[in-house]
Parts: sequence; C-alpha cells; structure tokens
Amino acid sequence: MNVGDAIPELRMTPDRFLPHRYAGASGDFNPIHIDKEFATQVGLPSNILHGLYGMAQVARANAAAAGGDPRSLKRLSVQFRGMGLPEQEIVVTGTVTDVRDGRVTLETVAEQSGNQIIRNAQAELEL
Amino acid sequence: MPVDTSAKGKKYPPFEYEVGKEKIREYAHAVGEDNPVYFDRGAAKSAGLRDIPAPPMFAVVYSAGAMGPAILDPEVGINFALMVHGGQEFVWGEPVCSGDTITTVAECKDIYERDGKGFYVFESISTNQEGQEVVRATWTNIVRGV
Repeated sequence: MNVGDAIPELRMTPDRFLPHRYAGASGDFNPIHIDKEFATQVGLPSNILHGLYGMAQVARANAAAAGGDPRSLKRLSVQFRGMGLPEQEIVVTGTVTDVRDGRVTLETVAEQSGNQIIRNAQAELEL
Repeated sequence: MPVDTSAKGKKYPPFEYEVGKEKIREYAHAVGEDNPVYFDRGAAKSAGLRDIPAPPMFAVVYSAGAMGPAILDPEVGINFALMVHGGQEFVWGEPVCSGDTITTVAECKDIYERDGKGFYVFESISTNQEGQEVVRATWTNIVRGV
C-alpha cells in the first residue's frame, strides 16, 4: 500500500432487524436502537443504528484491506456524527495517508445516502 | 450549570469476561463478518491462531461489564437524555481468542466543558489471563447543553 491509495469500498445494507441482532450480540438494548415508536417520540426519524455497529463496518473495511486478518488492525479511532438508519446502504471508503515501518495509516469515512455517519476515522494496520 | 468534574480519576472494579466460540459467532454474524476464521476452528488454526479469534470490535462485548457501571455512575452524573456517543478509540494488542478470560478495568479519565457541552472521557484497559494487554479503549460521551 502506498500513500494516496484507496482501499476497496465496503458496502452493506443493514436490514430492518439488524439493530435487534446487534443489540443481542453486543448487549446494548437502548430503545432508540430497537423501538421505532420510542425513537420517534424522542425526536429521531426512526430507530437508529448503534454507532459501534457503524464502527465495526469501518473496522471490517480496514482489516479487509490487509487481507482480513484480525491481527492486522492495531488502532481505530472514530467520531460519530449524524445518525445511521436501518434499510439504507452504508458505504465505507478509505485512503492511505502514511506508510512507515510496516505500519499503514488510513483515513476512513462511513456514509449513508451522502450523510457521513462516521468521520475522521483513523486506522493503523500492521502488515 | 457548570459540569461537575469531581469524578475525574475515579477507577471502577475489574470485570472478568470468558470469551466463547458461540458468542463470537453471534457477534461476527451481526456485524457481517464472513472470514471463516471467526466460525471454523480449523480455519483459525490454519491461519496460525490459537483458537477462533474475536473480531477486533468484539472489544465492546468484553468491555461492556466494566464500562456500564462507570458511565452510569451517579457521581459522574451524565444526563443521558442529552448524551451522545461522540468518539471512540481502540488500540489492540495481543489477539483475543475463544477460551480467553479478559479482565477490564475502567477509569473516568477526564470531564470538561467546551462550547456549552460536557465531555466525559473514559479509558478501559483489558488484559488476558496471561496479563497481556489486549485492548486499550477511550470512550468519549458528549452531553449537549450543560
């Protein structure tokens, strides 16, 4: 990998029940993620995706760029912005910003319909 | 009202989590992982892993029991109605595999106010049964309109 290289795009569409499966898997049952009625009552457009689910997609895109080995991802730092929604495609893109001593640094973004849900994501891979 | 920073530096009791193959499978499916190393012990061993590895972001699963009491601590005093998860960092060390026992210790690292928002920063450090660090995490929660 060289500075300026783009990593392969990762695209996935979380289905309507994904937040329920992620809640069970992660243990985060906050009703804003799994109860549409509650979410709309507190002013959200719908039940929203877990931020850490979005971060897991960013982690996957970065690890995939290093051949998918879970040991390759050494650091990931993100800011959560906007809101991720079920049943809309997520697109994760990234670019290499630094390469030194076998460590690659990447800047990554996760978007949904042009709305950034995760930004300033900086990853470090060990190759 | 200014934010109360008195809980800064407070540490919480260690939380122990035993990592299992089926929980890894459940988590890996939920986040869309398709690498066979997460589902098949043979594939994991062929890849040079001790056992089925946890995906890196599985850190949220074994850290949750340590982070819950810290974030919910009334002494920290987060107003949950106005809280958003602002940022997150993980720095990974030794890989986590099925069969490991992970101990996580959380600390309220910083509380400060900026632009009318309260920032609550927590750090958690997770180690395995050999005492090797597996992850060091920084959790930033932001409370609007303090």
